[in-house]
Amino acid sequence: MKQKLSKLYSWIDERVELQDLVQFMGKKYVPIHSHSVWYYFGGVSLFLFIIQVITGIMLLLYYKGSEELAFESIQFIISKVQFGWLIRSIHSWAANLFVLAAMIHMFSVYFEKAYKKPREITWLTGMLMFFMALGFGFSGYLLPWNELAFFATKVGTDIAGVVPVIGEPILMFLRAGEDVTGATLSRFFGFHVAVFPGIFTVLLGIHLVLVQRQGMSEPEGFDPNVKEKTMPFFPNFLLRDLLLWLIVLNILAILAVFFPWELGKKADAFAPAPAGIKPEWYFMFMFQTLKFIPAKVLFIDGEILGILAFGFAGALWMFVPFWDRKSAQGEKNKLVNYLGIFAVIYIIILTTLGWFL
Amino acid sequence: MQEQPQPTEQPRRSFLKYVLTGGLVAWAGSVLYPILAYLKPPIQPEVEVSSVKAGKLADIPKESGTIIKFGSKPVILVRSAKDELRAFDATCTHLDCTVQYNKDKGMLWCACHNGTYDLTGRNVGGPPPRPLEEYRVITQGEEVLISKKS
Repeated sequence: MKQKLSKLYSWIDERVELQDLVQFMGKKYVPIHSHSVWYYFGGVSLFLFIIQVITGIMLLLYYKGSEELAFESIQFIISKVQFGWLIRSIHSWAANLFVLAAMIHMFSVYFEKAYKKPREITWLTGMLMFFMALGFGFSGYLLPWNELAFFATKVGTDIAGVVPVIGEPILMFLRAGEDVTGATLSRFFGFHVAVFPGIFTVLLGIHLVLVQRQGMSEPEGFDPNVKEKTMPFFPNFLLRDLLLWLIVLNILAILAVFFPWELGKKADAFAPAPAGIKPEWYFMFMFQTLKFIPAKVLFIDGEILGILAFGFAGALWMFVPFWDRKSAQGEKNKLVNYLGIFAVIYIIILTTLGWFL
Repeated sequence: MQEQPQPTEQPRRSFLKYVLTGGLVAWAGSVLYPILAYLKPPIQPEVEVSSVKAGKLADIPKESGTIIKFGSKPVILVRSAKDELRAFDATCTHLDCTVQYNKDKGMLWCACHNGTYDLTGRNVGGPPPRPLEEYRVITQGEEVLISKKS
């Protein structure tokens, strides 16, 4: 067996020069220091994305993306298909955990200043993937065509429509017309299963190749030449990663089995929005902000103000490697920390208010 | 006799440059235009509805709001405690959710962002920026009719 394998290896090696690739993969190491725990969350995000791809494709085998059939096809999946309830529940839960893991990953990179030169492109691709994760969440949420999804989509697309000048065309493009209808569902389905996965995969490829090429980011003043302070990525750290992945898979299984995802009522364009309607937790802080802004601030619509403020904050966050010059020169940048702490506290407080108000 | 230096190929060259660049721009345009046009959803002609039957007066309980299909738009018919009948566009002016009659408050209420309107459709609380558009209610004997205010 071993001989056969080594024969196969050398057969491929002669043709595609695997040797270089194996060396390229093997030379990465992980720094060991008091903040090393944060090195795990990118991997956890990756694992959850893989879960989403697998369970998503499985759901695709039974799902029917149309106004008349979408809700019923999910009903069929969770009641008739063997383990359908499990697969759907895992897909819903993993979506939430994926956003959570990506958030933790993003904030840890931010506070460690790991985005600084030469890793700006890694940060940018990461941020784009994070926005795309929100897009995945928003588009996937509509696919069961239930009451909550219907109004969430109405509200979400209407918010896009508030943006001056470009808002109206964007709204028409997203809704595939004036209102949220079956045409919107078809469109969101296309985004969710084709457009986003395609773009996301390319970004992920760039992100991972860059991590591999540049190695792990080290904290200021770290000496990688001290032997005890580093660990080879392959196989030592990878095995730790895999152990954590197994734990995450177990958490997922527990959540999916004991808290199966609800399907709710089928969407009806002529029913009032149900009391207690809430967006997904990762949109909550933005919605809650919109609730608090008065209808008119001076003579600007409160909505427009809120959206522009979030747009500005998002842009500021995304381009931090380019305005944070201090960190790149190895100095402390207190402003970046304060902004980050403010963002974390703001999100936590507004999300909590949204859940309990 | 000195030969005049020929203005060599310049005019011809720049002419070719213009033609080729122009051609390239035109080509790009002819590729992009159909793509963008395709992405714009076609306007579906809607049947213009001027009035709808909302049912019998006896079937509408006091202190209630009923959603009536007005073409493709939801309209809410409110019968107040004082036995007044009024109808409004049921789409919240804030972010497009559909409002409902809230008995406890005696108001129209939107569940999405806690917006409230009084029974004349005025936005009195929460984020809605504008009042709800009012529709005309006519009672013909037992039948209740809702029509657009012209």
